[in-house]
Amino acid sequence: MNEQELAVLSEIARQIRILIIQMIGRSASGHPGGSLSAVEILTWLYFREMNIDPQNPGLPDRDRFVLSKGHAAPVLYATLAKRGFFPEGLLDSLRQVDSCLQGHPHRLDTPGVEASTGSLGQGLSMASGMAMGLRLSQNPARVYALIGDGESQEGQIWEAAMTSGFRQLTNLCVFLDYNDLQIDGRVSEIKDIRPLREKWESFRWRVHEIDGHDFSQIAAVLAEFRNEKERPTMIVARTVKGKGVSFMENNVNFHGQAPNAQEVTAALGELNHGR
Amino acid sequence: MAVESLRGAYGKTLLKLGRENPDLVVLDADLAKSTQTQVFAREFAGRFIDMGLAEQDMVSTAAGIALTGKTVFASSFCTFLVGRVFDQVRQSVCYNRANVKLVGTHSGLGVGEDGATHQALEDIALTRALPEIRVIVPADAVETALAVEYAAATPGPFFIRLTRNNLPTLFGPEHRFAMGRAPLLRDGSDITLIGMGAMVEKALQAAELLGAARISAAVIDFSSLKPLDEEILLRFAKKTGRILTVEDHSVRGGLGSACAEFLSQQCPVRMKIMGMDDQFGRSGKPEDLYVHFKLTAADIAGAGKEMLSRP
Repeated sequence: MNEQELAVLSEIARQIRILIIQMIGRSASGHPGGSLSAVEILTWLYFREMNIDPQNPGLPDRDRFVLSKGHAAPVLYATLAKRGFFPEGLLDSLRQVDSCLQGHPHRLDTPGVEASTGSLGQGLSMASGMAMGLRLSQNPARVYALIGDGESQEGQIWEAAMTSGFRQLTNLCVFLDYNDLQIDGRVSEIKDIRPLREKWESFRWRVHEIDGHDFSQIAAVLAEFRNEKERPTMIVARTVKGKGVSFMENNVNFHGQAPNAQEVTAALGELNHGR
Repeated sequence: MAVESLRGAYGKTLLKLGRENPDLVVLDADLAKSTQTQVFAREFAGRFIDMGLAEQDMVSTAAGIALTGKTVFASSFCTFLVGRVFDQVRQSVCYNRANVKLVGTHSGLGVGEDGATHQALEDIALTRALPEIRVIVPADAVETALAVEYAAATPGPFFIRLTRNNLPTLFGPEHRFAMGRAPLLRDGSDITLIGMGAMVEKALQAAELLGAARISAAVIDFSSLKPLDEEILLRFAKKTGRILTVEDHSVRGGLGSACAEFLSQQCPVRMKIMGMDDQFGRSGKPEDLYVHFKLTAADIAGAGKEMLSRP
């Protein structure tokens, strides 16, 4: 990846982070930490990887993205808006009573949202189902999903992992947003999900481990995914919760708590100038 | 009356629908031989997916497949399909308005010897509380086939509750199923007996017993439980002034509750709600269980007489 391309992508990611902070700040409610940790992943998927048309969000051969960790809705909404699925101005209405942007993604309300998610563990099964449905129709579209590390404590994740691995869903690519924080504290202290590579490989997945904020690494493993012939793909993406805002980084308090007005100003200041 | 298997009718109908619709997909969770989805599986191996013992994954996967444009049937025993997996039914299926048809077999005490763990007595209460989903409880094989066809042809979530046991065939080949329309099986003027599933036949027998005691009992098959047939309910509440419901299900949240919710607000009449009250089932032959838990035709007739004996 050349420097110019990297600069373009980094600028999109920076703008998405600003939108996330602004929308959660305005609604005074939402999940900033796990939204900020997934910005590079969604930026790459929506701006470089997926076959999608924001003007025609229902095309049958479109690639699908399922946000299994539905509480990161702000990063999905910001990315969809930035990509042109709906006007950025709508982001102001996040979580308001008359808004099309629910606290957790709802496919019947928001253009570009493929599945309603929020109850953890279910999105991966739905993504796996989409991959099966597309394969049954001999549709070449691919399915991408993002699961959380805390979410990986849900039993349903491993039911879906077993199904997708056994059924060799090569058209399914799942990112694990591995920031090691969940509401009650460190994932590794509450119920450690490691070892990850061994777990997913034993469930018959192709496993890649990357820095989830590095576009080059994201691009490289997705190129491998496109050529995958045997297994579904698990990308364990090491991330930083709250990435991009110094006082939110690795701060569990910003899992599900909105920044106050002062914090919003400080965060936007960092994102606008302090780089 | 000839008896037929509701599960058998389900399997046969799936096979027929599968031949007509290449986008029909069927999922099961290691109970294909019991639910009879195996009939479909034999001819359409590619469109049948045995999810193994993973009901949560099955229901959410069904929603995912449906979101790619398929019509998906998913089956297991009722208690595992909507009890164990309630949140997946709620969020993956209903909230997504996914085109998923949940067809549960082995409902209620009629499961028999397997006992309480396998006897779903809350599945109607659970599904009836959810938006988007329609709930059907067929009373015989004919109604089962028609309900399955109706669900396949109608976009959106359905729950169809079947029995393990064969039931007498109540309807002829000319019968037509309509959502929200409860078939009147017998007219009457003193009391209305409303049954669901396996209890419809017992309500008919009870009406005979009541008739012998010069009590004129109407019998309605409330197979279409959500939406409820409010029109016939209102008409017979006004006509007979007494409504007795009977269900192989908890009295809390089921058929009787559905009728009471409506009638208490629109046309309060004397009601008796028969079913399982705050208790689990147990092992035994189905007919012995119905005796044990006082859900026989004689029990229904007795309750009907009791209602009429009071002013």
